[in-house]
Amino acid sequence: MLTRWQPLSEIRTEMNRLQNEMNRLISRFDLGDAMAVATGATYPALNVCETDECLFVEAELPGMQLDDLEIYANGSNQLSIQGERKQLAVGSGTWHRQERGYGQFSRLFELPSDVDADGVQATLKDGVLTIQLPKREEAKARRIAVKAE
Amino acid sequence: METAMAKKSSSDSTQVERTRNGVTYTPRIDIVEKDDELTLYGDLPGVTRDSLDIQFENRELTIHGKVRPRQRDERYLYAEYGVGDFYRAFTIGQEIDTAKISAELSDGVLVVHLPKADAVKPRRIEVKAG
Repeated sequence: MLTRWQPLSEIRTEMNRLQNEMNRLISRFDLGDAMAVATGATYPALNVCETDECLFVEAELPGMQLDDLEIYANGSNQLSIQGERKQLAVGSGTWHRQERGYGQFSRLFELPSDVDADGVQATLKDGVLTIQLPKREEAKARRIAVKAE
Repeated sequence: METAMAKKSSSDSTQVERTRNGVTYTPRIDIVEKDDELTLYGDLPGVTRDSLDIQFENRELTIHGKVRPRQRDERYLYAEYGVGDFYRAFTIGQEIDTAKISAELSDGVLVVHLPKADAVKPRRIEVKAG
């Protein structure tokens, strides 16, 4: 098939390819590094959902206990999660594969609505962390009645 | 940039299709070989003992963990990871004593012990003085 020669787009494709190669190279170094979790990778990944009453923040943290985690919610609606995932001690074994990350991690992010920091609850079940944050009274959705004239 | 920690969805085209719809993820797995067994550690967050299916057949180990969507009536504001089943299969080269395979699951971490068959366990050979 004949296509018009577009030198710029070819350069762009090449540049993208190069960038991908570099990223791949860098991420491979990250993997070898003990601090794989800390180097730029946002870990843990978070899902945030809400009901009328509460916000829920969820993260997958397999193998961790609540005691290994430090979770703070402050008055300015920021939530921080910190912890450390320990490296597996294998003794005299030989690694065939090592894909599970370990190391220290921390995330700080702003919550999308005002929450009552005192009522925050966290549960960790089957490696899934769920943080329940009750919304402050003024942040709750209110139904506005529309009056007919 | 695809980070080392991002959850990977399985996109292996050689994989057989399943009847259940939805995205399937590839769990991260560590495999360690010891003198007497191969031990496999997998991150399967959200999988419970009842929703996990492990099979070893024809030198192939398959791990399939079903994950139920977590809540019902909420609205998602951000989603940085997807929730779905986990699936992975390995061809195990070593001779495994299939009767003695065992597995544990705790806090979303699966540990599978694949004991080596006696025939392939390393044996130290005594060298006698001639």
